[in-house]
Parts: sequence; C-alpha cells; structure tokens
Amino acid sequence: MSSRTSVGKSAAAPSATRPTSKIASRRQRWGYVYVAPFAAVFAVFLVLPLGYALWMSLHNKGIATAGRSVFVGADNYVKAFTDPVFLEGLWRVLRFVLVMVPVQIVVALVAALLLDTLATRLSRATRLLIFVPYAIPAVIGALMWGFLYSPRFGPAQDVFGLVGLAAPDFLSSANIFGSLVNIVTWQWVGYYMIIIYAALRSIDPSVYEAAVLDGADGRQIALRIKVPMISSSMVMIVVFALIGTLQFFTEPQVLRSSAQGAIPSDYTPNMYAFATAFNYSQFNYASTLAFSLGFLVFVGSYVFLFLTRKQSGLK
Amino acid sequence: MRTSARRRGVAAAAAVAVSAIGLTACSGGGGGGSAAEATCTNEIKQPDAAQVTVWAWYPAFESVVDNFNETHTDLQVCWTNAGQGADEYNKFQTAIEAGTGAPDVIMLEAEVLPTFTILESLVDLSEYGAGELEGDYTPGSWSDVSNGDAVYAIPVDGGPMGMLYRADIFEEYGVEVPTTWDEFATAAQDLRDAGFEGHITDFPTNGNALNYALFAQNGWEPFQYDAAKPTEVGITVDSPEAEEVLSYWKGLVDDDLVATEDAFTTDYNAALVDGTYAVYLAAAWGPGYLQGLSEADADAEWRAAPLPQWDPENPVQVNWGGSTFAVTAQSEQPEAAATVAKELFDTDEAWRLGVEEAALWPQWKPMLESDWFTGLEAPFFGGQKINEEVFLDAANGYEGFSFSPFQVYAYDQQTQALYDMVQNGTDAATALGTVQDGLVRYATEQGFTVSE
Repeated sequence: MSSRTSVGKSAAAPSATRPTSKIASRRQRWGYVYVAPFAAVFAVFLVLPLGYALWMSLHNKGIATAGRSVFVGADNYVKAFTDPVFLEGLWRVLRFVLVMVPVQIVVALVAALLLDTLATRLSRATRLLIFVPYAIPAVIGALMWGFLYSPRFGPAQDVFGLVGLAAPDFLSSANIFGSLVNIVTWQWVGYYMIIIYAALRSIDPSVYEAAVLDGADGRQIALRIKVPMISSSMVMIVVFALIGTLQFFTEPQVLRSSAQGAIPSDYTPNMYAFATAFNYSQFNYASTLAFSLGFLVFVGSYVFLFLTRKQSGLK
Repeated sequence: MRTSARRRGVAAAAAVAVSAIGLTACSGGGGGGSAAEATCTNEIKQPDAAQVTVWAWYPAFESVVDNFNETHTDLQVCWTNAGQGADEYNKFQTAIEAGTGAPDVIMLEAEVLPTFTILESLVDLSEYGAGELEGDYTPGSWSDVSNGDAVYAIPVDGGPMGMLYRADIFEEYGVEVPTTWDEFATAAQDLRDAGFEGHITDFPTNGNALNYALFAQNGWEPFQYDAAKPTEVGITVDSPEAEEVLSYWKGLVDDDLVATEDAFTTDYNAALVDGTYAVYLAAAWGPGYLQGLSEADADAEWRAAPLPQWDPENPVQVNWGGSTFAVTAQSEQPEAAATVAKELFDTDEAWRLGVEEAALWPQWKPMLESDWFTGLEAPFFGGQKINEEVFLDAANGYEGFSFSPFQVYAYDQQTQALYDMVQNGTDAATALGTVQDGLVRYATEQGFTVSE
C-alpha cells in the first residue's frame, strides 16, 4: 500500500507544477491507454469481486431457506465478531504472529549479517541454500514436511533413536503449533534474508571505514551501524510477515490431511472462511469472515506502519 | 525445409489446441448445456449423439464409460474426474452457488444426498421413471436415495460392513476370532497379554462414516429429516445408544488396546497392512482398498468374518459408504441425464467391470444375487467366498440410515469432539453432548425448526 501511494505521488508531482499545455494533455491521454490493460484486469479481477463479496456479506441465506437471499445489513458482521470460533482463530493467528514473525526476522537478520561479513566462496553457496526453500511452492513444502513429520516414514524416529530417545509426535495437538512455525520459518527466512542482504550491500563501505577508525568492533558495526541503516527494509519484511501470518492458510490446510484432529477445519480465520464457503455452503457468512479478516489485516498493518514511521522513512 | 516448416505449423496448432483445452477445462468443467464443448477424459464413440457430462471418481471407471458409449448409439457419456469426495463436493457447492458449471450427472455418496437436496440442486428422478426401478435395488440402498415417491439418485455401490482380520496373528497368539463386541474387547486384551505388540484395531477420531456405522449398529438414529419438510430437523446425537458404543471404545482407548490414528493417511494405510493392527473393521469395498496398499506384510493371511454384534440373538447390519448417481438441477437435458444415471450400471457386463476392476459392491440385485457374484472366490483371502459368507447378509440386512442436511459440518464437529475425548480425557457423554449442542445451535442459525 505505502509504496504504491508514494510512487503515485512522485509521478504526479512534476505534471502538477508544469503549466498544462496541449501536448502535455495529449500525452496524458496516451497515459490512460497505457494504463488501461492493467486497469481493466484490476477492475475485473479485484475491484468487482471485492464489491460482490461486500454485497454478499450484507446478505444472508440459511440452508433451510435455500435460494432466498435476504438483506441483513451488518448482522453478519455482528455475528462474526461475536463468533467464538472466529475469535479463537484470530487469537491463534495472533499467537503465530507473536512467535513466528520475530523468529523469522531474527534468523534472517543473523544469516544476512553473517553472509555480509564473510566473503568466502562458501558464503555464496550458503546464501543460495538458505534461499532455496523459498523457491519451493508453499503447498509442496507443506506436503514434504507432512512426510518428514510422519511418525512412520519420517526420519525423526531414526534421528532421535541415535541418542536413545523417542521422537515427539509432531502432528499432535500439543506440538502442531511449533511444527507449523518451523515450516513457515524454513520457507520464508531465505526470502527475507535476501532482502536484508541486498539492503546491507547498498550501504556505502566508507561508513564502516569511519566506524573502524573510531574503534568500533565487528559486533558494534553490525548492531549500531548496519541494523539502523537497513531499518526501512526491516519494517517492510515485518509487514510482509505480519500480513502473511494473519492470513495463515496453506500450510495448516495441507497438513490437515494427515492431522484432522489437531488442525480443525476452523484452525485459522482463513481456513474457517474456506470451510464455511465450500464445505458448508454458506457463501454469505464466508464473505463476511473474509472481509472482517481483511479489515483487521489492514488495521494491523496500518498501526504497525504508523508506529514505525520513523524507521521506515515514511515520516 | 518445407516439411519442417509444416511440422512446426502442426506443432503450433497442437499447442494452441492443447492450451484451448486447458482453458475450457479451467472454466469450470463445461456447463450443463454446453456438453458439446466440454472436454471428456474418455473417448466419445458416437460423435453425433447427444452428450451427457458426468463427474465421478470410481476406480477403473473409464472401462464402464466405454462400455456405455459402445452400447448406446443415441447417448454418449462425457466423463470428468472432478476429485474424490470432499474435493468434488466443493466444486459442486461452488457451481450451485454460481448457478452454472455443474455436470448433468454427478456421483454422490448417499450420506450427502440430503445436503444437496435441501439446496434444491438435484432433480427428482421419479418424473423419469426411476420409481419403477425400486425392485432392482436392495431395500436399504433404495431407502437412502428416496423419500416417499421422490427419488433423488440411483444407487450404485454400497458398503455393507464386516470384519477383516489377520488369521495368522490370531493363530500365532492363540486367540479366538471374536463374534461379539464383548469377545472383541477380551480378544484385544488376550492379544496384548500374549505378547502382540500392535493393537487389535484402530479407532480413528476422523473415521466419520465408520463411527456413524458403529453407533448405528446399536440403534442410534441421530437425525430425523424428511426432504418433504425441509425446514424441520430432529437432532438426537447424544442418545444412550451412542453413549454406550462410544464409552466402549473409550474404554479400549484408555487401556491402550486400540490405536487412535487418523484414518486415510499414509501412516494409517501402512499400519493397516504391515501387521500393526490385527483387525480392519471394513466395508465391502475394504478388501479392494487393502489390495491397493503397498508395503504389505508378505506373510499376512487375511480372512473375513461378520462384524461383531452387541446382541448375537438380534444381529444388526450396518453400512459404511456407498455412492449413487444424481442428476443436477442445472442440467438442461434432465431426461437424457436420468437415462445415463439409470443405465451406466444396469448390465451384467458393466457390473463385471465394476466388481473385477474396481472392487465395487453392487446394490443392483441382478448382479448381487447372481451365482457368479456370490460364488466369487477372493484370492486375497485365501480363496474364501467373502461375498457369500460375510457381506451378502450385511447388505441384505441393512435398512437404511437418515443423514442430516448439513452432514459435512456434522462430521467435522464429531471429529473434533472425538479427538478431544481421546486426547484430553473428556468422557463419552461430554463428547456427544458437545456435538449435540453444536449441531442444534448451527441448525437453528440456519433457519431450521429443531426438535431434540
């Protein structure tokens, strides 16, 4: 959201200051032609469905009264925000945010700082290896982990057996939280690491020289100079992780096929919306759930960006 | 040069054709009326005949479709596998909501028929002469697809239940094969005492229809629903009959005599055949399922026996699974669609394919009662005539079962409650009470008048 508005502003700025000539207005007209293909796709595949979903969320259609859609105003929203299942799902993804986001950011940051400092051939290979999981589609990744977690086929039993221990049941309700955090971290750390690494590379090396002359050691350079200088990238990846985690869906949905008890169909708000629509055929309430979640994600990201406006350079 | 250019042209045309096929396939499996444009998995034998689109996931179904298309000159089946069970139902739900995109004929399990009839998405086939077929099908299966004079689907296969067991394991540990549930519990303990390291069987908390059948064997009737009065539903999930059965299993779970692994996972499939379980409580399609699993124990000697009974004086037969063909309300050619639904599986030849290649259990009496079928010797069971000895009685004794018009939701609620029961130690009554309360609340929300 933020990047789009800032781009729009900077592009509009020069034309606003310049007196509008005939040539300029004709060029502007051509601009619309260039934008048209995107605008059409944007309208057909994003704006219209959103509008339709909003319309659906304001209506209701019970199973027993099949086919008769009634306008109910905000009733569905009142129901959603008092629905214990939805609220419990929200609380669950919030806990995922509190655990998963810091874990991902810290691992990515440490990896990026190490790779930035080391300049051996091994570091290039390592960079690639950390990034590779991101290249695997989330569904495939979750399927692979489903196999790795399997008590019978997975390697865990053998590994734990080496030191004479029994492997934990990764798919039990007690452990499923950690198992999911592990999958997501494995999948996304590489991507965040590359963003941080690119930001680190863009720092002028003369800054480090000055720091060394002032007597700073490696740890101080990393924490006092590098981290503050890449704070805007850090804010960006936290926003990515925040939005992704609030919309948590793919990994639990895939793992559900082998752990239906530990991962109920309403485990996260998105899964609840999916099941409500496609398994229980209540498309109206599902739209409400999806809209409510979207609203909360928007508010959450906005609040976060507001609180970090100094670090991200928005202010 | 010229040939290579032409070949390239052909290749390009083929690529365009392939991508065009891909596009139509993505656009929702073709509409009911646009059968001519739909892409079929099978080959159409009579290109000029009217085409009826069918969604089904039967194993080895292609040969049955080919058989139909070869024997019919005026009608052709255009078949698509739209996924198994829930996957297909999701697509159908979406098509119903969208008002377009459903096939003419759809394979549905009997348990979800009320879920779809209440959405007014299925055609009453009695208008197309389906009522006359009642005598061709087993009474239980016909009761599952009909309501008074209305017929919402044509039965195809069923799942009369029996008990498949490892004769070698019972023999090795010197334990008698149980015939009642009391004996079953004793046998579980005896096997353990004799040193058997596995479990006698698995009680999967997500074994939705299996658990329904086990409860039903004790006289459980959780739902009272009549499609003629679609806004009324009776819910009595937490009845004493169900509590008795569930407490029984809870006791076995607490003593660690049965496992509680999720059903239909890779782990479960392996455990079924590698000797971890001595018994597989199965439907008539179970033997086919077992034979399809890999990593089987090479020494396994499988045998089939009737399902254990609560009261051996008054045996009760139950059913697990089974599917039907229904005609969707979106079909623009319901009469042709009804013909396909009726005639896909109404010949000896089609059923031989169904039995031999797909291990289906016929609800169609001419096949069910044929000497060929009853006399079949199952090599997997050491030549035992399992149809005659075990499943025929179960099929004939089954009287039908009333499912709810929100069955997927009911199953999900039950899975959750049973999982809580085995994991967190709540008792059977609490688990059933949770399901009962959840379903009553849900049904009321959905506009039903609920009687408890």
